[in-house]
Amino acid sequence: MQPVKRVSSKTVVIASSNIDTDQIIPARFLTTTTKQGLGKQLFADWRYAKDGSPIPEFVLNRPEARAAQILVAGRNFGCGSSREHAPWALLDFGFRAVISTEIADIFRGNSLKNGLLPIVVDEQTSRWLLDHPGADVDIDLEATRLTLPTGAAVLFPIEAFARHCLLNGIDELGYLRSKLESIERYEAALA
Amino acid sequence: MSARTLFDKVWAAHEVVAETPDTPAVLYIDLHLIHEVTSPQAFSVLKSLGLPVRRPDRTLATMDHSTPTNTDQVFGKVPIKVDAAARQVRQLEINAAEFGIELFGMRDERRGIVHVISPELGCTQPGMTIVCGDSHTSTHGAFGALAFGIGTTEVGHVFATQSLLQRKPKTFAVNVEGRLRPGVTAKDLILAIIGKIGVSGGTGYVLEYRGSTIRALSMDERMTVCNMSIEAGARAGMIAADEVTFDYLKKTPRAPKGKEWDSALAHWRTLNTDPGAAFNASVDIDASQIEPMITYGTNPGMAVPIGGAIPDTVGDEVFDKALRYMGFHNGEGMLGKPVNVVFIGSCTNGRLEDLQAAARILKGRVVAPGVHLLIVPGSQQIKQQAEDSGLAEIFRAAGADWRESGCSMCLGMNGDTVAAGQYSISTSNRNFEGRQGVGARTLLVSPLTAAASAVKGRITDPRELM
Repeated sequence: MQPVKRVSSKTVVIASSNIDTDQIIPARFLTTTTKQGLGKQLFADWRYAKDGSPIPEFVLNRPEARAAQILVAGRNFGCGSSREHAPWALLDFGFRAVISTEIADIFRGNSLKNGLLPIVVDEQTSRWLLDHPGADVDIDLEATRLTLPTGAAVLFPIEAFARHCLLNGIDELGYLRSKLESIERYEAALA
Repeated sequence: MSARTLFDKVWAAHEVVAETPDTPAVLYIDLHLIHEVTSPQAFSVLKSLGLPVRRPDRTLATMDHSTPTNTDQVFGKVPIKVDAAARQVRQLEINAAEFGIELFGMRDERRGIVHVISPELGCTQPGMTIVCGDSHTSTHGAFGALAFGIGTTEVGHVFATQSLLQRKPKTFAVNVEGRLRPGVTAKDLILAIIGKIGVSGGTGYVLEYRGSTIRALSMDERMTVCNMSIEAGARAGMIAADEVTFDYLKKTPRAPKGKEWDSALAHWRTLNTDPGAAFNASVDIDASQIEPMITYGTNPGMAVPIGGAIPDTVGDEVFDKALRYMGFHNGEGMLGKPVNVVFIGSCTNGRLEDLQAAARILKGRVVAPGVHLLIVPGSQQIKQQAEDSGLAEIFRAAGADWRESGCSMCLGMNGDTVAAGQYSISTSNRNFEGRQGVGARTLLVSPLTAAASAVKGRITDPRELM
């Protein structure tokens, strides 16, 4: 895995709260057996008309969205299904971080394992970000600090081990496999 | 030792390595359930690393999500209509064979929705840790197991190590007292609980459902409650095992037998929250006040009593957007609204008692003209039981479309979908935009309310027909 240390980019805002993973990628696209290419289907039902043509007003279809790496969303982002296709689709589109006041548990874990930063901020910071789409935001994972173009900076919480793995490009499976002796001892005690 | 919760006990018994500020715990997984949709990419990772599935004996595979429910497609008379789904099914057959995993495949009489078959086979047992690449894994908590949904990367972790890296969640007591009134079901109870704590109220917590109301529920009902824990944001919900649990398990083929049963039972009886044990949060629910519930919006927290009205909320963009999607207006009553499709099934309400409840309403009645009633059993075994006990005949006589088991119309990825703009009265768990098909409008209810609404062709309080 590539290390992730910093994400600096303009933001894209989708202000709705409780955006569930069925919106991020509808179930009918989960018949794939790979992780690649899901960016096309990201927010498919909000993004495309019935005939498959892009809806020009939807933010992900606007030219400025193509280069954006940071998605700002309303409260409780990523709720619902455990499908890892949700972070895969966001990453494939080009996002590297999601910012909300609250991020659902399973989605958060899935994101961290794929190098998508789930950033939880306070109400005030969130409000500012929601009101300023296209803002230049800097996320420094080493310092766990998010900086707004106003110069205001806030610290964000992130699980220590996931942060360590992201900063150093460590695959969690490798770490878990280094515990196999302990796992074997545990199993021996069960028997 | 100080007083501990049920969750604390199950967690502690599975800690291979305890957590530290810098590292999560290594948590041992007793049972890993897999299905065709969230496993292929995890198998690919194993193949690329040249690793085996470490404990195939603790892994169980079935197919449910993208599989058709049409009898001819299931039994191979005609090909599976959705090509990609057919490939996914085939891929699971190949992977299960290659890695030595037991598979309840397409034509196996034990196949069904993963969260229905594991309990009915007796694979789900008190005190276990159970995971699956599916958020409704919380269902198995009804047996006093710690069961939660995981992503595909974690499916790979469990394949390779039979363990997961986990931070210990907080605990949340949901205390439910009082008797549910006639016509009010476990589904109404959990919708009322979600309405009270909110769709993210459980984030970061494991819920424990407690109190006299919970103790009085059957196992099928307890599974309905635990199933929807995730709709409150909680990865897991648990109910301590008791005589109801043990009676259920004793009749299952894979529960321990003889002496092993006795020793398992002695252990299971210790898996209770100790008196005085502290929870990080709690809520009290008066079950006697709950009415049959129905959702009106686009998340499961947007629910009201069936005789009630949509809240008259003003100036909330998200609320307005949900109502626009549903084609509803602030302050409108729910009774009498139109119905196009009725779906009875899913891992929430596709068990035998759910079908029995629907049959109580449907017996001697017929589905209203223009309404499509789809009834999908949670497993092939339940299908057979419904055939043997006459339920299936009641459904057919009522004009219902009676199918093979699977996730079906709960998530519209297997050919069973609701058309854009149509109203679907559904016993499933999610009323998200487009969940049952692009533009589909889903209203979540109990099997009683679903059946009553099918008969009347409009949203109906089931007590009118009882």
